[in-house]
Amino acid sequence: MSEPMTNLEKIRKSLNRRNRSENIFRWYGRLAILIGLAAVVVLFTDIVSKGHGAFRITYLQLEVDYDQELIGIDNLADPRELVQGNWQAIPKQALRKQFPDVSGRTDKRSLYGLISSGAGFDLKDRLVANPLLLGESEKVWMLADDDIDTYYKSWLDGEPYAARMTDKQIEWIAELHDQGKIRLQFNSNLFTRGDSREPEQAGIRGAVMGSLLTLILTLMLSFPIGVAAAIYLEEFAPKNRWTDFIEVNINNLAAVPSIIFGLLGLAIFINFFHIPRSVPIVGGLVLTLMTLPTIIITSRAAIKSVPPSIREAALGMGASKYQMVLHHVLPLALPGMLTGAIIGMAQALGESAPLLMIGMVAFIVDIPGGFSDPATVLPVQIFLWADSPERAFIEKTSAAIMVLLSFLIVMNTSAVWLRKRLERRW
Amino acid sequence: MSTKNLARAAAKANLKVEGKQNLDVADDQVTVGQSFTDAPKMTIRNVNVFYDDKQAIHNVNVDIAKNEVIAMIGPSGCGKSTFLRSLNRMNDTVESCRVEGEICMDGEDLYAPKLDVVELRARVGMVFQKPNPFPKSIYDNVAYGPKIHGLADSRVDLDEIVENSLRKASLWDEVKERLHQSGTGLSGGQQQRLCIARAIAVSPEVILMDEPCSALDPIATAKIEELIEELSENFTIAIVTHSMQQAARVSHRTAYFHLGRLIEVNPTEQVFTLPEHELTEAYITGRFG
Ligand SMILES: Nc1ncnc2c1ncn2[C@@H]1O[C@H](COP(=O)(O)OP(=O)(O)OP(=O)(O)O)[C@@H](O)[C@H]1O
Ligand SMILES: [Mg+2]
Repeated sequence: MSEPMTNLEKIRKSLNRRNRSENIFRWYGRLAILIGLAAVVVLFTDIVSKGHGAFRITYLQLEVDYDQELIGIDNLADPRELVQGNWQAIPKQALRKQFPDVSGRTDKRSLYGLISSGAGFDLKDRLVANPLLLGESEKVWMLADDDIDTYYKSWLDGEPYAARMTDKQIEWIAELHDQGKIRLQFNSNLFTRGDSREPEQAGIRGAVMGSLLTLILTLMLSFPIGVAAAIYLEEFAPKNRWTDFIEVNINNLAAVPSIIFGLLGLAIFINFFHIPRSVPIVGGLVLTLMTLPTIIITSRAAIKSVPPSIREAALGMGASKYQMVLHHVLPLALPGMLTGAIIGMAQALGESAPLLMIGMVAFIVDIPGGFSDPATVLPVQIFLWADSPERAFIEKTSAAIMVLLSFLIVMNTSAVWLRKRLERRW
Repeated sequence: MSTKNLARAAAKANLKVEGKQNLDVADDQVTVGQSFTDAPKMTIRNVNVFYDDKQAIHNVNVDIAKNEVIAMIGPSGCGKSTFLRSLNRMNDTVESCRVEGEICMDGEDLYAPKLDVVELRARVGMVFQKPNPFPKSIYDNVAYGPKIHGLADSRVDLDEIVENSLRKASLWDEVKERLHQSGTGLSGGQQQRLCIARAIAVSPEVILMDEPCSALDPIATAKIEELIEELSENFTIAIVTHSMQQAARVSHRTAYFHLGRLIEVNPTEQVFTLPEHELTEAYITGRFG
């Protein structure tokens, strides 16, 4: 009887030690997660605190006269005349009407600096949409200049940033504020316009469309190719030195820095095949090269995870190999493959380096409508804005990052959801 | 191989050797008993099976008669599954596996280059040790074989095949209300019967069963044994089992394997009452295995 007792004592003694190390390990784990979470929280608060302002923008209310002579056109239906019209004259005249005492060149210039240089064109669009307004006058909320926007927001927050403001401008803003003729509105331009040199007119629509087109092409190419390659390698290819070699190289490819793919794309698609620069076709091809290894690897893992008993069952029933794959392996592996594809797409969405190499970094105002229109993508747009000197681009950059991050979060969440949803037990 | 080596091999195969029983197998070991029949469904001649360089089956010669149930018994690792799987060429799926010799069904060489394994496996069905229904509905599980082989001309036909197969597998009454629920939601025993129904849905000529009851409770086992008896009226059945009682209950002849060699084949009653070979005797009296 004494023998088992000593054993028990030994176990109890060691149990203390084991529990202690388990506790320590648990705390290490919690600490690690805490650090990770803290990093995410800091990143998100920083981005949101910088970027939230960009979703609202300053508008001024002015009384405008749609004066035919002032604009200098006769026929609103003639596009050539529309182009030649002096549209900016309308808001300028409206400003003079609002502040009749202003005189002198310098003062006038800073007066005109209150509104966006694109305000006249907005009025043109409004006039073309309602031709009856010609000759009439009305009160219109017009986009303010970006410096005014920055100042007004900071002034509302109680720490005015007036570095780029004249004293007169500060007075005028205060006056407009008292009259209720200046306000912040939802910045719909951010989502409906392309890039612009003027921060207040710049939007991410062009970049979002560019990203969308590029990703559609990437998905259309890389998913079928990747899945086919994975199925072939996993189910049909003989296991020999060649397939080992291919496997090693696919893994290598997955680890190649993305900028190399950009160089490759530049050399092959642009210099050799003469596809134009800056277009989603080349972007999609380059990102296909980049995501292909990811998709192949995850698809192979998904295929491998299909239990061999299912394969044996199918083959034992007299299914051909092709039928076994199509009827049994593929449906079971599909959730894993889709998850891999979504993760690959998320990677591709966030990629900028290879796209810089193939010219998708150009300044493009027009919103791309097709795969062969010059375009840029969201991360590159972020890069471009982050690089711009205008202060108003700081919040725009953060806002674009927020949009990019929300796309990524949506994609990754849907990957998790899809996996949970489609997963079948056996 | 010397006697010493074989003794070592026997030890390696994890045999509990008791007393002075001589468990060695001679190189020129000939199967004792009644290996051959007058009306064979399958004839197996000089079959050797290798995994890479390792030989798992040594020179097996045996006939499987039409409509008989032949049981294969033997210690773990002796090559029963390997042998069974070579009968419908499931070993083709194992990269390293190589089969030598001649296996014929109705006089037709199963390893002939022009033979299509898809056709072969439709004629020689298999039930695996672990129930492995497809993660599809019960109906689709049974209908799968007839569908891919184009055996049903219409939906009504298919329904009939499914119902008949499930009835034969004595599963119909338990599942007729939920044919469109997943086959993986059934109990282990039901799943195994589903796999049997799936195998007989294509009306194979031979059914191979690899320890079909190893995961089942006595009641489910009894059901499947009953089923095997019924099936033997129409089918030829080769069954691997670890349970000697089961072999005694269901089979007409019993084959005893030992270290990759077929030691003895005899009518079942004889194997269990008057084994011809001392190894068989040692095994069935529980001295090892
Ligand atoms: N895929 C394989 N690769 C290599 N060797 C194998 C493989 N399958 C089986 N073997 C070997 O072949 C021999 C026979 O194995 P087999 O599975 O046929 O035994 P068994 O009689 O069915 O045993 P059990 O009763 O435990 O199922 C064993 O020594 C085993 O290690
Ligand atoms: Mg086995």
